[in-house]
Amino acid sequence: MDIAHFLDVLWLARLPILKGLGVTISISFLAICFGTVLGLFVGLALTYGVRPLRWIVRGYTDFIRGTPVLVLVLASYYVLGTIGLDLGPFQAGVLALAVFCSSHVGEIVRGALQSIPKGQTEAAKAIGLTFPQTFAYVLGPQALRQVLPAWVNTAAEMVKASTLLSIIGVAELLLRTQELISRAFMSLEFYLFAGLLYFTINYAIERFGRYVERKTAVPS
Amino acid sequence: MSNNLLEIRDLHKSYGDVEVLKGVDCTMSQGDVISIIGSSGSGKTTMLRCINMLEEFQGGSISIDGQEIGYETVGGERRRKKEKEIARQRALTGMAFQQFNLFPHMTAARNVMLGLMKVKRLSKEEARALAEKWLDRVGLRGRADHFPGQLSGGQQQRVAIARAIAMNPRLMLFDEVTSALDPELVNEVLQVIKALAQDGMSMLLVTHEMRFAYEVSNRVIFMNEGRIGEEGNPREMFHKPKSERLAEFLKTSSFG
Repeated sequence: MDIAHFLDVLWLARLPILKGLGVTISISFLAICFGTVLGLFVGLALTYGVRPLRWIVRGYTDFIRGTPVLVLVLASYYVLGTIGLDLGPFQAGVLALAVFCSSHVGEIVRGALQSIPKGQTEAAKAIGLTFPQTFAYVLGPQALRQVLPAWVNTAAEMVKASTLLSIIGVAELLLRTQELISRAFMSLEFYLFAGLLYFTINYAIERFGRYVERKTAVPS
Repeated sequence: MSNNLLEIRDLHKSYGDVEVLKGVDCTMSQGDVISIIGSSGSGKTTMLRCINMLEEFQGGSISIDGQEIGYETVGGERRRKKEKEIARQRALTGMAFQQFNLFPHMTAARNVMLGLMKVKRLSKEEARALAEKWLDRVGLRGRADHFPGQLSGGQQQRVAIARAIAMNPRLMLFDEVTSALDPELVNEVLQVIKALAQDGMSMLLVTHEMRFAYEVSNRVIFMNEGRIGEEGNPREMFHKPKSERLAEFLKTSSFG
């Protein structure tokens, strides 16, 4: 492995790599954002929804969680087109990842809400709070603290899952890397470098999660 | 319409097929301190929880200051009031729980302030001042900015009482508030309740502390199998029980 030579090639390839990195970050960011918002509703429906709604949403999460992400990616790109919903690879990819993310976040939110003792809701009712107030000031803030570690995990999974979009031709970091390798024939070096970039993103997410956890920790 | 503070008429409550309250009648005037005693499963906690609609009930009525709690009859049909109305009615009573149920992510002061700000719509400053006043009253001056996890069980229970009482309820409900406490912490909580009673606060206490019930209340209700088995002033009840059931219960209880 000739380091100097690799650095030379890497410098020449900096633009495509940066572009790929940008695409990876924006896909992950969008998928995590949409997935989290949708997942929040999924979690609320699973916990507080009336029975028919709960069944429907339960079906949704079980179905999505039981399906490989790659299948979701291929389906949203190829299958949605056949029913008239023609999405570009980028949109289709973000949709698939967001849906996948939402089913996981939904389960995390449900678990957190259900683990809060019933006495919390009763105490809130006893002082005259309505349910929306109880959720906003009592249940939500407690659930948030519990959700955080698992949510960070899911967010990191989304970044990793974004590599699957290379299959449908989204020019994210992995696809860019593969293109460079096919030209420069330095597979070990470029894969290692891409791995390092993925690690850096996830490490940053993890540090961010730790930071928020520390900031919101309840003294005891 | 009467001028009773609390009026319970023919209260019936079941869980599925199991009837836990089989027709309870009870009236209470302003300033009354009533202890409810009885063996577990006799329905005393359930009765208390019906008063602030933490439990639904299927028959009978409960009124506070003449207004019917939880249900209304429209066109001959009994139905649950709107959630917003029920929430408003719940603020007529304050409740302290066996497990304290403080909000763990808020300081003691914040616990007290929440209802004042969100239900009573006081400003933050007013709420803070009231919270400090009541925390002071329950002997927790200087603990206002501690989180529940940093307080002992007795201190937590006193914060919980301050949280309920700061809302200025018409009636305080105490549900076995000392049962989860270590023996050496029981007294500090009972002292707080006693002081409130002396101030003229109306209260209903479900308790296993017979000595305390004897000292603090002006009336005692003995619940037996979903009905009021016997009631009267504590002196008569504890020294000359009329029914066999009460005599038996007192023998096995800590009173003596």
